[in-house]
Amino acid sequence: MTIKLYGVAMSTCTAKVLACLHEYGAEFELVPVNLQNGEHKQPAFLAKNPFGQIPALEDGDLTLFESRAISTYVAEKFKGSSCDLLRSQNPKEAALVKTWMEVESQQFSPAISPIFYQSIIVPILHGGSPNQAIIDESAAKLGKVLDVYEKKLSSSKYLAGDFYSLADLHHLTYIYYLMKTPYGKLINERPRVKAWWEDISSRPAFKKVASGLTLGDKN
Amino acid sequence: MAALKVHGNPFSTSTQRVLACLYEKDVEFQFVNVDMGAGQHKSDSFLSLNPFGQVPAFEQGDLKLFESRAITQYIAQEYTDKGTQLLLPESNKTMAVVEENEAALAKVLDVYEARLAQSKYLAGDHFTLVDLHHLPNAHYLMGSSAKKLFDSRPHVSAWVADITARSAWSKVLDLQKHY
Repeated sequence: MTIKLYGVAMSTCTAKVLACLHEYGAEFELVPVNLQNGEHKQPAFLAKNPFGQIPALEDGDLTLFESRAISTYVAEKFKGSSCDLLRSQNPKEAALVKTWMEVESQQFSPAISPIFYQSIIVPILHGGSPNQAIIDESAAKLGKVLDVYEKKLSSSKYLAGDFYSLADLHHLTYIYYLMKTPYGKLINERPRVKAWWEDISSRPAFKKVASGLTLGDKN
Repeated sequence: MAALKVHGNPFSTSTQRVLACLYEKDVEFQFVNVDMGAGQHKSDSFLSLNPFGQVPAFEQGDLKLFESRAITQYIAQEYTDKGTQLLLPESNKTMAVVEENEAALAKVLDVYEARLAQSKYLAGDHFTLVDLHHLPNAHYLMGSSAKKLFDSRPHVSAWVADITARSAWSKVLDLQKHY
C-alpha cells in the first residue's frame, strides 16, 4: 500500500516531507487539501490531524502529523537504503543529528517563520500589509541564530557533522522562501551559511520540491 | 563508558527534563550547577558546550550535546537496557505526538483529553519519553492559575497526577532542595 501525504506542494511543512521522500526515492501519493475551502478544519481532516494543519501522512493503518515527526518516520522506515539522513548506526552521530533537528525546531523556525508569514502569507493570502516591527524583531533573532550556524559550519561541512542529514534538510523550505524576500541577505552576508545553503539547495531531491514552492511567484 | 555530566539548573524546566530521564534510567551522572543569576550560561566556557547559551548541556567523553529533547533521546537510546523503558519497542508504527503550544493551551488540552481517553499515556499504554517531556511544564502549570484547565479535564488531570507521582520525578524535585 502506498504512503499518502495530505498537503500542498507550496506549503513549507508539506514540502519538508516531500524533500525527505524524494531523498529516499520513496513511492507516495500527494493528496491535495483545499485550504481555501477550509478543508483542513473539517472533521474528515481533523480525524487525521486534530490540530487542523497540513501535512498529515497515512501509511496503511498508521496516521501521523507534524512534518518533522513524519520525515523522521520516513527516514526510519527506509533505513538501510543508501540514503542515511538519521545516522542511526552511529549513536553519537545520531544524537548530533537530533540536536540540530531540535535547533531548527526550537531556535531557527520561531525566528524565521514570522518573516515568512509577514512577507509572503499576509500580502498574498490575506491581502494585508506586512508588520514591519515583527519582521525587524524576527530578523534580529534570526541573525543571532545564523551567527551560531556560521561558527558551527567552520568546523563541519553540514550542521551535525561532515554528512548531510535531516537536520540540514529541515531548513530547506523556509530558507527557500526567505531568499525571495529582501531578508535573504541574512543568508548571503554569512559566507559559510551561504555556501551551506547553496550546497543543500542544489541537491536533486530538493530541486524536485523547489519547483512546487510557488507562493509569491507571478505567473 | 565515559562518565556523564549535565550542566544546568535544577529550577530550569529544560534541565529537569534531562534529569527526569537520567533518574528513570537509573544512570550515574555528575550534575554541574550553572549559576544563571551570575550569567554563567553566557560565559565562554559554557558557550563551548552550548553555543546558544542555554541550559542544559551534556557531556560524555568527547560527545557534547545540547537541546534537552535531543539529550533525552540519546540517553534513552544509549541506556535502552537500563531502568525504565522509555522508548517503544522497535517498530515503525510509533505515533507522533504533538508538543504543547502555550498560546492555545486550552485547545491543546482538549486534544490531549481526547487522546488520553483512548490510551493511558500519550503514545500508548506505557509511559514513554513523550510523557516525560511534559513533566517539568505540567508541574509548574499545576502550581499556577492554569491548574483549572487541567482540573476540568478528567483524563488529563489523571495523567498529570500519574506521571508526577513517579519516583524519578520526586528525585528531580529533591535536587532543587540543595540549591
